[in-house]
Amino acid sequence: MPDLLIELFSEEIPARMQVRAAEDFKKLMTDGLVEAGLTYASAAAFSTPRRLTLTVEGVLAESPTTEEERKGPRADAPEKAIEGFLRGAGLTRDALEERETPKGPVLFAKIAKPGRPAAEIIAEVLEKTIRNFPWPKSMRWGEGSLRWVRPLHSILCILSDEAGAQVVPLTVDQISASDKTQGHRFMAPGAFAVTGFDDYAAKLKRAYVMLDPTERAETIWHDATNQAFANGFEVVDDKGLLAEVAGLVEWPVVLLGRIGDDFLDLPPEVLQTSMKEHQKFFSVRNPKTGRIERFVTVANRETADNGATILAGNEKVLSARLADAKFFWENDLRVAKAGMGDWLKALENVTFHNKLGTQAELIDRMATLAREIAPMVGADPDEAEEAARLAKADLSSEMVYEFPELQGLMGRYYLQAAGKSDAIAAAAEEHYAPLGPSDDVPTAPVSVAVALAEKIDKLTGFWAIDEKPTGSKDPFALRRAALGVIRLVLEDELTIALIPVFGAGIERNKVQSPLVKLIEEEEFTSTGIVTALQKLSRDQTSNRQAEIDELADQLKASESKTQQLLDELNQLNEKLVGDRYALIGFLHDRLKVYLRDQGIRHDIIDACISMPGNDDLALLVKRARALSDTLGTEDGENLIQGFKRANNILTQAQEADGVEYSYGADIKYAETEEERALFKALDAAEAQITPAMKQEDFTTAMTAMAGLRGPIDAFFEAVQVNTENKTVRRNRLNLLNRISEICLSVADLTKIDG
Amino acid sequence: MSDTATAPKSFQEIILRLQTYWAGKGCAILQPYDMEVGAGTFHPATTLRSLGTRPWAAAYVQPSRRPTDGRYGENPNRLQHYYQYQVLIKPSPPDLQELYLGSLEAIGIDMALHDIRFVEDDWESPTLGAWGLGWEVWCDGMEVSQFTYFQQVGGHDCHPVSGELTYGLERLAMYVLGVDHVMDMPFNDPQTPIALSYGDIFKQTEEEYARWNFDTADTDVLLRHFEEAEAHCREILDADHDDPKTGKRIIMAHPAYDQCIKASHIFNLLDARGVISVTERQAYIGRVRALAKQCADAFVQTRAGGWTPETAA
Repeated sequence: MPDLLIELFSEEIPARMQVRAAEDFKKLMTDGLVEAGLTYASAAAFSTPRRLTLTVEGVLAESPTTEEERKGPRADAPEKAIEGFLRGAGLTRDALEERETPKGPVLFAKIAKPGRPAAEIIAEVLEKTIRNFPWPKSMRWGEGSLRWVRPLHSILCILSDEAGAQVVPLTVDQISASDKTQGHRFMAPGAFAVTGFDDYAAKLKRAYVMLDPTERAETIWHDATNQAFANGFEVVDDKGLLAEVAGLVEWPVVLLGRIGDDFLDLPPEVLQTSMKEHQKFFSVRNPKTGRIERFVTVANRETADNGATILAGNEKVLSARLADAKFFWENDLRVAKAGMGDWLKALENVTFHNKLGTQAELIDRMATLAREIAPMVGADPDEAEEAARLAKADLSSEMVYEFPELQGLMGRYYLQAAGKSDAIAAAAEEHYAPLGPSDDVPTAPVSVAVALAEKIDKLTGFWAIDEKPTGSKDPFALRRAALGVIRLVLEDELTIALIPVFGAGIERNKVQSPLVKLIEEEEFTSTGIVTALQKLSRDQTSNRQAEIDELADQLKASESKTQQLLDELNQLNEKLVGDRYALIGFLHDRLKVYLRDQGIRHDIIDACISMPGNDDLALLVKRARALSDTLGTEDGENLIQGFKRANNILTQAQEADGVEYSYGADIKYAETEEERALFKALDAAEAQITPAMKQEDFTTAMTAMAGLRGPIDAFFEAVQVNTENKTVRRNRLNLLNRISEICLSVADLTKIDG
Repeated sequence: MSDTATAPKSFQEIILRLQTYWAGKGCAILQPYDMEVGAGTFHPATTLRSLGTRPWAAAYVQPSRRPTDGRYGENPNRLQHYYQYQVLIKPSPPDLQELYLGSLEAIGIDMALHDIRFVEDDWESPTLGAWGLGWEVWCDGMEVSQFTYFQQVGGHDCHPVSGELTYGLERLAMYVLGVDHVMDMPFNDPQTPIALSYGDIFKQTEEEYARWNFDTADTDVLLRHFEEAEAHCREILDADHDDPKTGKRIIMAHPAYDQCIKASHIFNLLDARGVISVTERQAYIGRVRALAKQCADAFVQTRAGGWTPETAA
């Protein structure tokens, strides 16, 4: 069976797209071949900056012949119908077969679909693949209409077996397939022919092209770490950069370079970011000093001077880059030491969101919030407020303008330089955290206060203007902010009632302002009309009735407009009051996701959300954990059954009787030992549960509750609740109510599944 | 840099070699456009000529002004006035990359010693309503050119596609000549009796313009000029296609486009003066883009833009 080799040779493919493109190429081609009946043994795809390559081994030489059966008209159908059928199927009368069916004799045709040669199928599938390739961005070039990621220059497409290789005839937009490719652009220019994949890979390597991106990455990493080690250094790991650099070269040559002494005192993050973002350099650390002192660059060729010119050039470019960074750093330090006033002022002109004001306004709100939250997280209110006021100042710095990813971190450096407390400096860096689910949560109180303020302001603001996440759309990352609040509260074990904080936060966004302004304007208009009317009516000299009527109409319109605006304002105010609860609901939803990952069932959380104080997330989770633990025990699991049984009987009886059995169970009407035992057990449990709940000692309370399982089971075993004796029955129903009330004081067990 | 015997000696020699090279490759060597622009792309030889179906091949130096980049001539790499070398060929030839590499060799970059790379960099000009795909070209880690296949200009799809090359001349020349500070770069042959450095010519003007751009330019006047240019651009385009005096069809796409360029440059000046807020910025860019689109619409109605009475009929 023949092997297939395809190479699509183009101008340089963006590094970030190569790996995905190779996968897509393989999938589209092999799916297409299989769909057309061409099965194969194995396939692999590769990419370099200039080519996508696919090798498919053991392809069928032709697709198998298939036979299709088609049902025709009845054998006794009019001749015309039969002729029509024959024409459609492309057959003659003698090819038809008559078969008995429940509907009588029917004619059947067997249509053979002959197999097609592999080359024909491959050409079709390849053309379709090229024309429909899912590039993230594609382009046209020259006069053509074909789209590719960059101009496509040649197509190599051959089928090879023992007899040799044959080009698969194919032409796409004037590019005809051949058996030729090219080597390295500079080290081995010129085309050469290949006979199969092994020959192709070997010839490419001789022509200075390493086909496999994994091999290129390994070579780079191996050579980089070796060279660094030989000089007493270590390369800073960066998988993303490694993959990218492997996509920028066909023939990787690793060069170890120096960073000018002038720059070694820049913050290491600045060195790293500048080298990585601008130059795609790896950072190389001196383990003795802990500083970044060297870099690794990867060239795409060997040279007669062993890369000396290339390295010198790269060192020079880096110096220019770092000179910029140093210039920013020194300028920024000057502004920082002067108190950052210029930076904060500049934020007055930066819009945060057109309905939520500028960055400066955002900072004001954050500062107020941070001060409010400070006592709840053990931070000094003055310090928390100051930290919040300064935490975003670095957004105006030149360094952050150049490297946005350094926001926060630069803030920390600059605040330290400004002589602010360590706590305030740390808050600048940490207040964005946690960003991802695995990101560390800040623990320093001031950082926590500012981090919470940042997220809560965001949530309340976007809630107030109805920019909530929907489906997969969450443009302002509000889910992330909510999860941030949750993790801060839980992991730092904070006690905060969020509803009042949300309420204050929502008000602080002043989303009513535009409406209030409109109302004031309309009222001003009304007043003006009234004055004009008064003046007119005093004028007795002439008949101005028409004007008066007109003005009266205008006044009416203006007043009704005012009323309409006032109604809108009322509605908005009501909505805003409701928002704090809606927002807590949003947090509860995120909390469920968060706790589910920790093995706590959603119904258990629901049972706890129904309890008072559900805006204190730490309390809520403490309750949920205790409940989850309790329900995990045999007693707990069975108690739920007992509770449900008690509750069902009680509810049914209350519905049937139209009364509430809610008070007055008395042991003196107890008839059986089990009944009396339950009374005692309930008294004992209540004596434990009530104080425990007051102290939020849910474990004790729930253990006591679970301890009721025995007496409750025994009670149901021995006692018939609905007896003839009405007094006894009422007493027993009231007793069931006590079970229910005691259990419900711990958590809303009606929400538990099962 | 110690390349070969053919290493150029001065900034102007590099420009001259590029001119000779591209002339040899069949480009019309044009002169700079006589208005203030932010980049070589603004020259109508690129913006307007990349539109329509008629073939085009041109190369030219374009003085470019970026008021916000002024550093009083002190920064080794940043200038508020600098030169770009621009090549535009329509349709883009299949060997454009090779042609480009040839131009690097022409200015003394030895391909056997240097590491040339094409690194993804898509180009977009929000003010021109234009975008394209291509690369920044690196020589030993240094960006020496932008290489773009225009896909859209002034809101029009480009058919055929133009290939555009832009060389940042100062940066490229500093690299080739091995100079660390732009002001130290020899402008003419350093062996000549009156040798002039880049600084001899431009240090004074960089200082003057930096002060004017940042602190002195009259913003009220500039704001008014912006409005006037915008209004006049529209007036020009609204004029009847048929000239009443000559009776000829004369669509004034180029004069209108001049007003668009003017508005764009005034916007840059206002930006440098710091009187444009972040939100306003977008609005201003949008206004210039609207003009650029209308000029593009007008240009494709002209003969140079590919219009013929036959196709119009």
